[in-house]
Amino acid sequence: MSERTTGVTRRRVLKGAAAGAIGAGLFPTILTRPASAYTNEPTGSTVKLGFNVPQTGPYAAEGLDELRAQELAVQHLNGEGDGGMLNTFSSKVLKGNGILGKKVEFVSGDTATNSDVARASARSMIEKDGVVMVNGGSSSGVAVAVQGLCQEAGIIFMAGLTHSNDTTGKDRKANGFRHFFNAYMSGAALAPVLKTAYGADRRAYHLTADYTWGWTQQESLVASTEGIGWETVNTVLTPVGAGDFSAYITPVLQSGADVLVLNHYGADMVNSLTQAVQFGLRDKQVNGKQFEIVVPLYSELMAEGAGDNIKGVFGSMNWNWQLTDDGTKAFVKSFGEKYGRPPSNSAHTCYVQTLLYADAAERAGTFNPCGIAEALEGFEFDGMGNGPTLYRAEDHQCFKDVLVMKGKDNPSNQFDILEFVEVTPVEQVTYAPNHPMFGGDEATLGTCNPGA
Amino acid sequence: MLGLSRKDTGFLIAVICLTLATPIFLQPFPETSSLAQFNAGYPDLMQRFAIYGIFVMGFNILFGLTGYLSFGHAAFLGVGSYSVVWMYKLLDYNVLPGLVLAVIMSGIFALFIGFVSLRRSGIYFSILTLAFAQMSYNLAYSVFTPLTNGETGLQVYLNDPQVLMSEGAPTSPHLFGLVMNESAKVAVGDWIFTFNVGYYFTAIIAILVFYLSLRIFRSPFGMILRAIKTNRNRLNYAGINTKPYMLTAFVISGMYAGLAGGLLAAMDPLTGAQRMQWTASGEVVLMAILGGAGTMMGPILGAGFIKYFENIFSKINESVLHQWFGWMPDGVQDFVIGVVSPFVGEGWHLTLGLLFMVVVIFLPGGIVQGALLVVGMFRRRNGHDGPKKQESASSAAQPAE
Repeated sequence: MSERTTGVTRRRVLKGAAAGAIGAGLFPTILTRPASAYTNEPTGSTVKLGFNVPQTGPYAAEGLDELRAQELAVQHLNGEGDGGMLNTFSSKVLKGNGILGKKVEFVSGDTATNSDVARASARSMIEKDGVVMVNGGSSSGVAVAVQGLCQEAGIIFMAGLTHSNDTTGKDRKANGFRHFFNAYMSGAALAPVLKTAYGADRRAYHLTADYTWGWTQQESLVASTEGIGWETVNTVLTPVGAGDFSAYITPVLQSGADVLVLNHYGADMVNSLTQAVQFGLRDKQVNGKQFEIVVPLYSELMAEGAGDNIKGVFGSMNWNWQLTDDGTKAFVKSFGEKYGRPPSNSAHTCYVQTLLYADAAERAGTFNPCGIAEALEGFEFDGMGNGPTLYRAEDHQCFKDVLVMKGKDNPSNQFDILEFVEVTPVEQVTYAPNHPMFGGDEATLGTCNPGA
Repeated sequence: MLGLSRKDTGFLIAVICLTLATPIFLQPFPETSSLAQFNAGYPDLMQRFAIYGIFVMGFNILFGLTGYLSFGHAAFLGVGSYSVVWMYKLLDYNVLPGLVLAVIMSGIFALFIGFVSLRRSGIYFSILTLAFAQMSYNLAYSVFTPLTNGETGLQVYLNDPQVLMSEGAPTSPHLFGLVMNESAKVAVGDWIFTFNVGYYFTAIIAILVFYLSLRIFRSPFGMILRAIKTNRNRLNYAGINTKPYMLTAFVISGMYAGLAGGLLAAMDPLTGAQRMQWTASGEVVLMAILGGAGTMMGPILGAGFIKYFENIFSKINESVLHQWFGWMPDGVQDFVIGVVSPFVGEGWHLTLGLLFMVVVIFLPGGIVQGALLVVGMFRRRNGHDGPKKQESASSAAQPAE
């Protein structure tokens, strides 16, 4: 532009600026390279996966365990180590030579349990590192946000630990898949057990983490416990990462409730349960009955954190390392050899999701998200620790047995803290894809997006 | 030119050139080298550079000129984001109505918060703004859940009204059909440059508001703001009522923040209450101080610095370190990795903290002061004197953006 000469009028400069702006806008379209068939089509000898987990914040312990399992999955896919669940998986197309002959590499990112940070991290994985799949998320708010991003960007999202009904309900997406169970399943599995243990005449008080997971878990638990005759006294929302829950626990005793349901997870659950026990709730007699606490969603890491307070408390799990099937044994063995500890159920779901993605790519013969989605929809498999499992085509949710667990009264070591109460068969936790808690008839997957 | 002095025109042109060429500058390492890890030329980060540049530019009008430290600027950022997402939900994915609303809404918010907070100065002002911001955060987080969708964050659903949405219109943010997340990749040898529509959109807006803020800095209005920083009482004694000036500066600054927040949502159609949290307000203070508050270019550099750390350093995990130090003998390798790993990956805050301490202790004027020192050293060595110091410092400092 001729701005250095002094005789320029304002009008000419404006014209020049407008032309420049239009030029800058057009510039990218002029130089477009030959477009690839889909976003981040791998062209070299390697393929990159993105592991987006919380490494800081209230769910950090879960996130770090997920990362361990994801690294292990990459090793097994590349034929290093003992192969883990590849040996027991019912589909045998993975040969330990990467995916479709390409060596698997990975990048990791920190979601900080914050959807903004998680999306920035996922975007940089997609735009900078060129990943074909994002796996992870240890919070449903984050999972829903990142799933939406992956749908827009045209890559596959393999959800990690996300338990909200919304992930495969109201917010389901064609490019997103969830292996983990959900809040509805927890409610359906827990209710009969609670009825047997505590009776049908109980008054429940809910403390709930204030975001999508907490809301849907509370909704599910209220529905299923009222289904067995319980009454809901009150439901209170608490902020995520609050640290101190004493202000929320004090009113519980005055409310006349005799069961406290803690819809909390991670460090929040450790804190709220510990404080509830310190306040002496479990020693109280209310309405002539022993006061009880229920934690609908359990994890080994939380149980470890809560220590003795967990004894006798009921909860549900997606998977536990103490199961005795071949898949579980193989996974626990290779995880234990590498890290010297048993894997948590969040680690398990991320490991399985990574293998399932690899298997689907191998069967589809492409990394194209649409091909992979087709290979995963309606896929039935076994040997991954949960028994026969179905990836339902209508909402991309896995259906399998649910574990009901209880804190062990006499743990033999630091990892042996939970015991099985019941393995709830899959039929009991299955629901219709248009169930009102899952967005009803309005919820749709949309169409799969392969991106550029 | 354009009402600017010769020197400032040169400065503006340099900034325009650098901003437009950012996709090339930030991609200094070829894709095949192991240093490609440090490349920052991908759309998301470049957009963030421009957006946080705008945010901190606005903050600098208040803090840099008047010395009033607002600890609640994130509230305006959040208001801007929510405005834009609501326009997506109600009208369609065109970003323009949302951005206009974002600026207006944040202006109204700033008028109200400023009117109350500016009754006090110094630390009391800071605390008041902090209180308002935390209040907005908590309102957005729980009380106004129908409006903000609480912790989950506001996003667009398929069953939203979107009354202007026509058949075949883009389903992601766009400006009259120019889709924001579209980009062109150009391969030159081993280098791959990404030219992204969204980046150029934010960059052009950033240049416009940079020009605006340059004009404010050089105007009589800017002079009065500086005078307030130097001695407010003396101005009062001279018969000048400082309050309207302060309030205007506060509102302009809030509108900048609202624009930045709106642009965040224009690049990525989702927003959450976290954007209003005090950590976000603190971040912009860090950016301004790290770069050099009160200078034109400093805060923008600070913003770039912090965003670079947040996005690039935080992704160096242990397996990357093992690649780098793979050539060392095993024992030494483990030791080196053990020393380095707390400072990278999720420990990037630690590195940033140390850096911040170094800057505050040794370079109170921020990165810009550091750049001036370096330039000064070269000048003396070459036997020049330094009347043109200011100008050359600014141009020397820019390539780092």
